[in-house]
Amino acid sequence: MKILVCISHVPDTTSKINFTDNNTRFDANGVQFIIGPYDDYALARAVELKETSGATVTVLNVGPADTEPTLRKALAIGADDAVRINAEPTDSFFVARQIAEHAKAVGYDLILMGRESIDYNGGAVHGIVGELLGIPSVSPVMKLDIEGNKAKLAREIEGGKEYLEVNLPFVAGCQEPIAEWKIPNMRGIMSARTKPLKVVEPVSVDSGIKLKQFELPPPKGAVKMIPADNVQELVSLLKNEAKVL
Amino acid sequence: MKILVFVECADGNVKKNSLEAVAFAHTMGGPVTALALGSAAQVELEALGKYGATKVLHAADARLNQGIIQAYASVIAKAFQDEGSDVLVLADSSLGTPVAARVAARVDASLASNVVELPNMSAGFVVKRSIYTGKAFARVELTKPKKVIGIKKNAAEVKEVGSNCPVTPYPVTLADADFATAITSSEKATGEVLLPEANIVVSGGRGMKGPEHWGMLEELAKTLHAATGCSKPVSDMGWRPHHEHVGQTGVKVAPQLYIAVGISGAIQHLAGVNSSKCIVVINKDPEAPFFKAADYGIVGDAFDILPKLNDAIKAAR
Ligand SMILES: Cc1cc2nc3c(=O)[nH]c(=O)nc-3n(C[C@H](O)[C@H](O)[C@H](O)COP(=O)(O)OP(=O)(O)OC[C@H]3O[C@@H](n4cnc5c(N)ncnc54)[C@H](O)[C@@H]3O)c2cc1C
Repeated sequence: MKILVCISHVPDTTSKINFTDNNTRFDANGVQFIIGPYDDYALARAVELKETSGATVTVLNVGPADTEPTLRKALAIGADDAVRINAEPTDSFFVARQIAEHAKAVGYDLILMGRESIDYNGGAVHGIVGELLGIPSVSPVMKLDIEGNKAKLAREIEGGKEYLEVNLPFVAGCQEPIAEWKIPNMRGIMSARTKPLKVVEPVSVDSGIKLKQFELPPPKGAVKMIPADNVQELVSLLKNEAKVL
Repeated sequence: MKILVFVECADGNVKKNSLEAVAFAHTMGGPVTALALGSAAQVELEALGKYGATKVLHAADARLNQGIIQAYASVIAKAFQDEGSDVLVLADSSLGTPVAARVAARVDASLASNVVELPNMSAGFVVKRSIYTGKAFARVELTKPKKVIGIKKNAAEVKEVGSNCPVTPYPVTLADADFATAITSSEKATGEVLLPEANIVVSGGRGMKGPEHWGMLEELAKTLHAATGCSKPVSDMGWRPHHEHVGQTGVKVAPQLYIAVGISGAIQHLAGVNSSKCIVVINKDPEAPFFKAADYGIVGDAFDILPKLNDAIKAAR
């Protein structure tokens, strides 16, 4: 079984978000980049499948050269080889087109990724890839087992979950608790250095999306503290001041 | 500009966030066609007219009673073409967002999800979308003639603007390939307020000490007609089901009121609640970071404060 795991290269979840150039560019100054947390779950599940059923795992990122350490980390976690599509990942459609082109050329049995990236939060790449390849897409997937040519999945819905069956190949947008995040060990880090990382040039795509400007939310006002022995005051503030009761 | 709205139903009822989608489309202007799939109560569909739909289509085929992403995308894309629509509007959800992606690819539309307010159409078609999990916004122009927009909760105000609208059956020819994914069973909390749609959320963290203490939070939630939520460790430890996990890697909520009890306020948790209108934090540690993100705070023991707060709210109503 050939598994493709698509990962995003995103600011660490604790990052402060700032913009430069008149609010048209993300300010990467001092920001640590990580594998997207949802993608990290997808990767962990793929590596588990590799361990239990002898799958091969290719990890893919659409990004410029500075995302390579993130791909190497994925190799250290257990992917066999990596592909970097050499382009700025500007929006969901652009990224999905690049993934679909690669997947069409290689042919995978299973394409996993996070349910969304934590920078753009589009939640759309899995669906578009599925559509472009003409195969099913399921998201957000919280459980995934493969039995022969069939997969059994659980998908989270508002207030619960549903169980599904689908034949390979398909695309899944993953989230916890599909697997536990894996931390690379020393052996993984050593072997990652020599695993193949291929750089592919992008296809040209018109996504129909043009960034105008970034914006930060207005700063939060100061908190009003209420003594613990006076919950009545809190209730009256919620009612009369905040008007939320 | 002709607008199609995908109206999501749960147990035959129109979801609240879909009413917002209809209201959003109405405020954008232009005739609004609402489309519901699978079983849906006739009265609820007719009432869509009150919120701005000028036409209501119902694809009642029983195979659509379950929300299969691919099948829904096919029917919606077909209706989009049949109606000669320019824009598809829907509420982002576990079903809506992936469906929007497939439809956009199929009809060759510009796609934006997490849209927080009406588009600016004075120069081009510019939407404001939430990015970095609520930490920032991006204004993006949708340049293709066709557009698909997923909206976040509170992007539009639901108001009565018209009267009931007759429902037109929308017959569909379904392809077996669209049902390659089969839903075999489902588990769903019934009778509870759904977390992503709730106006008030009462949420507990590790400070609640164990699942046996959730009764107190549930009491308060009941008094407030609120949904219950929790922090990630709480769902990781199995104290609460995963669909209640709020934050960066869980549900993003946008209620009028978010009450956080025994949650420290890690940045990943805050990412899921920063769209709340008002935040109340109850924590025994005065240094808990959550207070910096709160509107009102009480330093104290949750087990002491929760019952008192519940009583005070009951008394005030
Ligand atoms: C990539 C990544 C993603 C993450 N995503 C999420 C996410 O989506 N959601 C999320 O919640 N977390 C997430 N986390 C985890 C996050 O960093 C925190 O660890 C977590 O939010 C802490 O949960 P907590 O506040 O319940 O527990 P703690 O941090 O242990 O806080 C417990 C709080 O309870 C208070 N307390 C204790 N006893 C009482 C009492 N009797 N009365 C009142 N207060 C009391 C304490 O003072 C403390 O502030 C993520 C972490 C990472 C690395």
